[in-house]
Amino acid sequence: MNAPVKNAEALEAVRKASDYEWGFVSDIEQEFAPKGLNEDTVRFISAKKDEPEWMLDWRLKAYRHWLTMESPDWAKLDMAPIDYQDAYYYAAPKEKATLGSLDELDPEIRRTYEKLGIPIEEQKVLANVEGARRVAVDAVFDSVSVATTFRKELEEAGVIFRSISEAIREFPDLVKKWLGKVVPMHDNYFAALNCAVFSDGTFVYIPEGVRCPMELSTYFRINAENTGQFERTLIIAEKGSHVSYLEGCTAPMRDENQLHAAVVELVALDDAEIKYSTVQNWYPGDAEGKGGIYNFVTKRALCQGRNSKVSWTQVETGSAITWKYPSCVLNGENSVGEFYSVAVTNNHQQADTGTKMIHNGKNTRSIIISKGISAGVSSGTYRGLVRMAANAEGARNFTQCDSLLLGDRCGAHTVPYIEVRNPSAIVEHEATTSKISDDQLFYAMQRGLDTESAVSLIVNGFAKDVLKQLPMEFAVEAQKLLGISLEGSVG
Amino acid sequence: MMLEIENLQAEVGGNLILKGLNLTINAGEIHAIMGPNGAGKSTLSYALGGRPGYEVTGGSATLLGKDLLAMEPHERAAAGLFLGFQYPVEIPGISNVQFLREALNSQRRARGEEPLSAADFLRLAREKAGLLGMDMEMLKRSVNVGFSGGEKKRAEMVHMGILDPTLAILDETDSGLDIDALKTVGAGINAIMRAPDKAVLLITHYQRLLDYVEPDFVHILADGRIVRTGGPELAVALEREGYAEVIAA
Repeated sequence: MNAPVKNAEALEAVRKASDYEWGFVSDIEQEFAPKGLNEDTVRFISAKKDEPEWMLDWRLKAYRHWLTMESPDWAKLDMAPIDYQDAYYYAAPKEKATLGSLDELDPEIRRTYEKLGIPIEEQKVLANVEGARRVAVDAVFDSVSVATTFRKELEEAGVIFRSISEAIREFPDLVKKWLGKVVPMHDNYFAALNCAVFSDGTFVYIPEGVRCPMELSTYFRINAENTGQFERTLIIAEKGSHVSYLEGCTAPMRDENQLHAAVVELVALDDAEIKYSTVQNWYPGDAEGKGGIYNFVTKRALCQGRNSKVSWTQVETGSAITWKYPSCVLNGENSVGEFYSVAVTNNHQQADTGTKMIHNGKNTRSIIISKGISAGVSSGTYRGLVRMAANAEGARNFTQCDSLLLGDRCGAHTVPYIEVRNPSAIVEHEATTSKISDDQLFYAMQRGLDTESAVSLIVNGFAKDVLKQLPMEFAVEAQKLLGISLEGSVG
Repeated sequence: MMLEIENLQAEVGGNLILKGLNLTINAGEIHAIMGPNGAGKSTLSYALGGRPGYEVTGGSATLLGKDLLAMEPHERAAAGLFLGFQYPVEIPGISNVQFLREALNSQRRARGEEPLSAADFLRLAREKAGLLGMDMEMLKRSVNVGFSGGEKKRAEMVHMGILDPTLAILDETDSGLDIDALKTVGAGINAIMRAPDKAVLLITHYQRLLDYVEPDFVHILADGRIVRTGGPELAVALEREGYAEVIAA
């Protein structure tokens, strides 16, 4: 395997990692919106982004709707109410947001991404990975996208890969057609909030019949203090197109909780395929449960076309609280939805995560493989809905939920909801809960592995069915992360 | 001296199982320990391996002069100790190749040696698997998952071949083996461990493995102590007369 430079750098970063290697803060001059949330905040953000009138109206409508909503309380999460007035909703490096070339990028930001092992310099990537797969990167720093690589080469293939702010200005018709169509602004509390104050994110458009020539990725980094990150991602795969998209996230260590409320919308038309992979490693808080990111994310895919396919793969190791259900609405006949998830909780982390597979079309199929790993005094919940609508003739779902416990103070919960309105639909659900056995640990240690390596190995074996769905270089990172996030959890 | 055990006492769940065991094994020797059920044979192997729950309450054990009992299980492995398990453990999702490469390289790092590259490791694994008549395809499967009893024992010997210990303690490696597998495993033990700088402690119920791996010494363990020591003829006598007779004699 020819490892791209990104891989080598990321691995080196991981190797050096002890606790949370990404917990450093970059010293960058930043521009903030006034603290707190009101209509002026929304106007401020929209103005900063040079947005057209329709976009501002859309945001304000969402904001007014959000005011009428209540924070959801059905998840198995224990958290204090969030003070939405005690946060900044916009933070941007004090440079112009759009750069003529990467040379204009603030060196400190560049160093931040270098530290994180993320290749935002094309020439460096090009120089080092001859013959290897290349990855185009959109780097989002707090509220703005700071670099999007390989843009020209992608455009030759007809692929649009932009920050969403740019897309709103440059491709308003495309954005208008799909924004909020998969996740409506009134969908839920955090989605409505995101619609009002989203600051940046990624826009991808793959034209008909195009196989995206490289993997696309976005790296989200929260740097500023007391700042929420509200990113918005929209990916449209036209008929017969194909794209693989990777998402990675880190944040500095801070004592207070920081809010991250993203919305991701995917649209797959006839015969199109989207593969969406996430390695989420936001700061989880310290061992006593102080600080950490609140990760409240709405991700949904519309499999609108016949034979379309969307595959979500996620490795969730970070965040103090995760509330996230990447879902597929299977409208097109024969469309396929997949959800592969590894969610790790340690210390005081809480995760309530799963998926929704909504089967509306005939012969739609879905598969759900969820692997929960809990350690410390953490709590992990799988929550999933499989709905077979009246028209979902011949639809099928297979669900497998496995939980692995380390120690005896953590919890694992499985909450499957199944609704079947078509008698020909078939739904299968399997679930297991197990503990890492002393037998396995001693066996591995007798062969020469120390406790941490033994735990990491056993956990990686447990999660293998999900990890093998990840693109190779991401899988290697994810494997290391699993081990690191469970350090100190046994013995 | 390879292994020196003096007055070893060990408890399991508050019950004293080993009650002052003495045993010396020199480099180049193969020893067999036989004994009735409940005599403490597996406890001896686990106590030397450092398994949690097998608490040493007295005595000493050294491997090449190093205090075994002061080390963590993985440090004992790096110091050259290998346990062949009576019931090898399954690790789903991790191939034997991956497992053994990580294990070997972590031992090598602990000893200050360079880790083996993937290619060098595969070469080594192929050689050792061949020696034990194991198909490489088996080594690409998850550790012991879906293996028959005999395959698990054969895999243990491949682990031993690859990790190349100085002292191997093999706990009932012969159980669950058919006669052909027994021959292969016996030949493997001889090929891997019959060397002037290595030693083996075989724990077994039966004489039959000793037909293929001839011991230099045979010990009888009963009620937590070694009660008799002899040559290979002692095992033959045991097989003929039973423990009660031989221990009483």
